[in-house]
Amino acid sequence: MSTRIDARFAELKQQGRSAFVTFVMAGDPDPKTSLDILKALPKAGADVIEIGMPFTDPMADGPSIQAAGLRALKGGMTLRKTLAMVRDFRKEDNATPIVLMGYYNPIYIYGVDSFLADAKTAGVDGLIIVDLPPEEDTELCIPAIKAGLNFIRLATPTTDDKRLPAVLANTSGFVYYVAVTGITGSAAADSKVVGAAVARIKRHTALPVCVGFGIRTPEAARAIAETADGSVVGTALVDALKGSLDAEGRATPKTVSAVADLVSALAQGVRGAKQAAE
Amino acid sequence: MNPNLPNSFRSGPDERGHFGIFGGRFVAETLMPLILDLEKAYADAKADPAFQAEMNVYLKDYVGRPSPLYFAERLTEHLGGAKIYLKREELNHTGSHKVNNVLGQIMVARRMGKKRIIAETGAGQHGVATATLCARFGLECVVYMGAVDVERQQPNVIRMEMLGAKVVPVQSGARTLKDAMNDALRDWVTNVHNTFYCIGTVAGPHPYPMMVRDFQSIIGHETRKQMQETEGRLPDSLIACIGGGSNAMGLFHPFLDDPSVEIFGVEAAGHGLTQLHAASLAGGRPGVLHGNRTYLLMDADGQIEEAHSISAGLDYPGIGPEHSWLHETGRVKYLSATDEEALAAFQLLSRLEGIIPALESAHAIAKLSELAPQRPKDHLMVVNLSGRGDKDVPQVGDILKARQK
Repeated sequence: MSTRIDARFAELKQQGRSAFVTFVMAGDPDPKTSLDILKALPKAGADVIEIGMPFTDPMADGPSIQAAGLRALKGGMTLRKTLAMVRDFRKEDNATPIVLMGYYNPIYIYGVDSFLADAKTAGVDGLIIVDLPPEEDTELCIPAIKAGLNFIRLATPTTDDKRLPAVLANTSGFVYYVAVTGITGSAAADSKVVGAAVARIKRHTALPVCVGFGIRTPEAARAIAETADGSVVGTALVDALKGSLDAEGRATPKTVSAVADLVSALAQGVRGAKQAAE
Repeated sequence: MNPNLPNSFRSGPDERGHFGIFGGRFVAETLMPLILDLEKAYADAKADPAFQAEMNVYLKDYVGRPSPLYFAERLTEHLGGAKIYLKREELNHTGSHKVNNVLGQIMVARRMGKKRIIAETGAGQHGVATATLCARFGLECVVYMGAVDVERQQPNVIRMEMLGAKVVPVQSGARTLKDAMNDALRDWVTNVHNTFYCIGTVAGPHPYPMMVRDFQSIIGHETRKQMQETEGRLPDSLIACIGGGSNAMGLFHPFLDDPSVEIFGVEAAGHGLTQLHAASLAGGRPGVLHGNRTYLLMDADGQIEEAHSISAGLDYPGIGPEHSWLHETGRVKYLSATDEEALAAFQLLSRLEGIIPALESAHAIAKLSELAPQRPKDHLMVVNLSGRGDKDVPQVGDILKARQK
């Protein structure tokens, strides 16, 4: 099985550069604007897109992404509409990998089998489910792999060498290294420390390793891109979006460009990186 | 009844923390290694006679156990049926059953070398118990409490601060217990290396539901012994209120394999089950939140709904996973009491027995008026009086004063 994720990382490896992975919340601040943002991301330089599935109780997210999820829910977003948004995006873009990221309960309530079938049909390539560690692989991970989706696991500073094989066992697509112990939007980690951590993970797997949490600026993205196969930016984009809203929290004509402009700047940073020696 | 009944109701959970389909370990990877460490540390402690011996000293001399099993004579006469006994958990140091669990977890935290303790709290009873034992053992203590609860449970906030704890008012979501638990989990993910999360109820990822149940089971074990001593036999029925369900599980668990004992849990029905309430079993369905699969209040999209109860301690949209299992197997019957019924029971117990109950416990007392009169005079009924009502006096006083006008 090969997904758009596998194809994209193979392509980038040939070009000798690191991937830029963007995170946006589905339906933030409203379904239409959110789709427009999504469509603007590849052009602005996003190599892989993570789409947050809004949830009322995101226990690993900081205030920015919590608020983004609540704005989306207030705007009427549901998991069904998130899948519809991916379907609409796929009408114009059949190459950019889409990864859905979120928490298990909305999927469990949707029904695991119907969710996986609908996600695959919509054009989703992979899943990152924060509250499903390897200990719960029978819930969604194994069925997702059978359905032809990548199941991307988070590895963290607390995932030691003893545990890494269990974390990597059913991981595919890429490994998402959470650079700090903490919630999204935390302070950045030192890029040297991150580099050592990425090297440690690479001793256990041939999969690409992307790094997220705490990357906000083109400089930070460049530093990470020099040691990792990709860098993920989420909170900074969500904050840029929020900064463009009017006093009532509604989208303005500046909303799409506020996100797209920051993505362009960050993508420049990533592309300016010297690729680490393999 | 479920056709697939287990041989024993007391053998759970399995090694992966499941009670039937409920329970589990639905947490972020950052926490997973720590949860495995905790599981091991708790198993070691459980097997170490010195651990239990040390606990017993504190339970006796610091907590004040055993708590009495008291025959409520005037309440019994008033209701005109079953003989009602109150298990007096409100007489424990700190004023509720919460201290039983906190003592156990703090002893485990000490074995693990953790110096910083965090907790979530609704009514503040768990927060007070945690702040108390942190003071006793010289540990840093941070308590997350919904901003709404900080308002309605001021006496407990002041107590926690006097005990040296830092109380963090939580502003996210509905600003009650669920949100306090979210923020406690966020703290834990961030400070995983030095922090022990002292969960206040039989919920969260495995091993918490099992560990908290074990520490609370002293309630049921004592009740068994005391009833044998007083009446020469087992009780005929047990009643306890349920938010997450730790006082109930503590009373129920030692009796689950005694089929002659009827067991009733009482959820908070708030304004009524067709309106805002906190009765997850009566009005919810299975889902995944806060590390475990259990009955939850949620919408069609799987978004968690806000609970409502007059009692901050029951104001939670979920319930411990073992209760969900006992509900589905039919071993425990789950009822519910409204805010109004709890308020009436609060006043009834105060006037008849001179005991002001916590609003949480008043939900269990409320169901006595349905259950006790239907049963014969030789029926022995035990109610868990899980907490005392001092903390609720200002809130109830305001409500009653407003009604006099």
